Amino acid sequence: MKIKSQKDFFSGLMFTIVGAAFALGATTYTVGNGARMGPGYFPLMLGILLAILGAVILFKALVVETADGEPIGKWAFRPLVFIILANLLFGVMIGGLPSVGLPAMGMILGIYVLTIVSSMADGHFKLKEVLILATILSTASYLAFVVLLKLQFPVWPTFITG
Amino acid sequence: MDLINNLSLGFGVAFTVQNLMYCFIGCLLGTLIGVLPGIGPVATIAMLLPATYALPPVAALIMLAGIYYGAQYGGSTTAILVNLPGESSSVVTVIDGYQMARKGRAGPALAAAGLGSFFAGCVGTLILAAFAAPLTEVAFKFGPAEYFSLMILGLIGAVVLASGSLLKAIAMIVLGLLLGLVGTDVNSGVARFSFDVPELTDGIGFVVIAMGVFGYGEIISNLSTPEHEREIFVGKVTGLMPTKEDFRNMIPAVLRGTALGSALGILPGGGALLAAFAAYTVEKKTRLRPGEVPFGQGNIRGVAAPESANNAGAQTSFIPLLTLGIPPNAVMALMVGAMTIHNIQPGPQVMTSNPELFWGLIASMWIGNAMLIILNLPLIGMWIKLLTVPYRWMFPAIVLFCAIGVYSTNNNTFDIWMVGAFGVIGYAFAKLGVEPAPLLLGFILGPMMEENLRRALLLSRGDWSVFVTRPLSAGLLAAALLLLIIVLMPAVKSKREEAFVED
Repeated sequence: MKIKSQKDFFSGLMFTIVGAAFALGATTYTVGNGARMGPGYFPLMLGILLAILGAVILFKALVVETADGEPIGKWAFRPLVFIILANLLFGVMIGGLPSVGLPAMGMILGIYVLTIVSSMADGHFKLKEVLILATILSTASYLAFVVLLKLQFPVWPTFITG
Repeated sequence: MDLINNLSLGFGVAFTVQNLMYCFIGCLLGTLIGVLPGIGPVATIAMLLPATYALPPVAALIMLAGIYYGAQYGGSTTAILVNLPGESSSVVTVIDGYQMARKGRAGPALAAAGLGSFFAGCVGTLILAAFAAPLTEVAFKFGPAEYFSLMILGLIGAVVLASGSLLKAIAMIVLGLLLGLVGTDVNSGVARFSFDVPELTDGIGFVVIAMGVFGYGEIISNLSTPEHEREIFVGKVTGLMPTKEDFRNMIPAVLRGTALGSALGILPGGGALLAAFAAYTVEKKTRLRPGEVPFGQGNIRGVAAPESANNAGAQTSFIPLLTLGIPPNAVMALMVGAMTIHNIQPGPQVMTSNPELFWGLIASMWIGNAMLIILNLPLIGMWIKLLTVPYRWMFPAIVLFCAIGVYSTNNNTFDIWMVGAFGVIGYAFAKLGVEPAPLLLGFILGPMMEENLRRALLLSRGDWSVFVTRPLSAGLLAAALLLLIIVLMPAVKSKREEAFVED
């Protein structure tokens, strides 16, 4: 059997698996009946519905001809990895990692790390430019979020502020 | 005379220095982010939402509404000057707007979009004010069965508009509904699908999903397509004023666009996108006046009509939200989230329990539209400058705003891990060609739907026929079915696919 539309095949597969997983998970809660619905009733219904929809999409992807096979194409790992990594590192900087004893480093340092790492997502990394950008962004964020909007952020590393 | 009384109450609230300022800031920020290509209103609102946390509820909603209009306006500027729609509802503006800009008539094109939108915004606001009270009356007659059917209609309506596969869009809604159920079940207290993670028992934050899927997902897909040379008309925008001939062509187009937009915006699932498409199609069908530029080559009507329509639609799509508490599209879903954060349960009771908020918001919509005209036409030079800023400086800033925004929602790093995960999921969605907007809508409606289904069936003792025996509910379901049948008709189906090709 040949896949006629790669995009549909994999999205159908995703919906089927996720739907089945939700339905299966729902059976571990009380399902109940229509008049007295338990917490599992609605998710079970939806999970089954999603799995069926996914299966239909999957079936169509194997049967209905498309012009170019609708390929998914190459995954852009560079932006994916660096953008998500920048985001996660910002989280680590602002909250610290208590499990390994890393203290919170605060928002300002977090912004520098985020800017540097996320800039690597694009092929043209220039350190000087990025540092200037990070300085502008951290100053602006400090003024906007901390001074003006008074949001609660750890601004500086905890080992300095105590 | 109720209308006048209500509106004057509203203007009284909106015309305080503080609220005017928030309205202004909202419009400014919205335009600022909306001008950036590839960032639609959903991502803009999600990104700027944290800026409103510290405000009182009325001011916060006023500012958010300002952000929404600003983002819409900014989107049309990008469409005309860069040939890139900043958001889906300005997709058709690109066709004639960009051609006008290439012929050195960017100024009149921008003015047509601005003036058309302003007029449409005024009409939309009046319609909203006039319809809100009677519709709220109807809403009080709604029982759980009617609400459930209405949500079905809204979701089907939203799907009909999604580009691409209908099946995939429905699947995305169901997935959204399921994600909305994660967390503690209000009736039994059981924590569902939380995997014993304490943060998950409160459910997944909608800001997390919106920013992950719309913010990060979009940045990653933007970065993965090689940056092509963008043609930007810098310094070429001279002479904003359209000529007399332009005005003669524009005015009927604006009127038609406004009428269409207002009508389509009210429909659940309707709103700005459909309105813009419909208005452009109508203009194309009308006969050209002698000496008029054909469509697709820079006809001013091709800019004025869709822009008026999408603004009118944007305005009237607040009606289902404010009167029934049901968001008709992803942007309104975000507004529901914003209201909940400020402890306002959207629905018919808002108007009676919180009249200042309700009418203040409506009045500030009109003020927001007026401000946008003031903001956009003279400041156009500034927005053009912004368009010339390279994307490599822009996207780290966007990533930062998303990260800060997510963190400040709960001051919790768990949300940052979650938004990272949803960023990956959002990129996967883009790769698989499934649209994320229905997911967000389903996510917001999930808990509401379950609650109303549960109540409806409890009242009917488990009898499912309650949905078709109650006339209002049956009517709503029939409308949903009709919509589905219309879309699935072969003739409409091929037209629909055609319309979205330009996407």
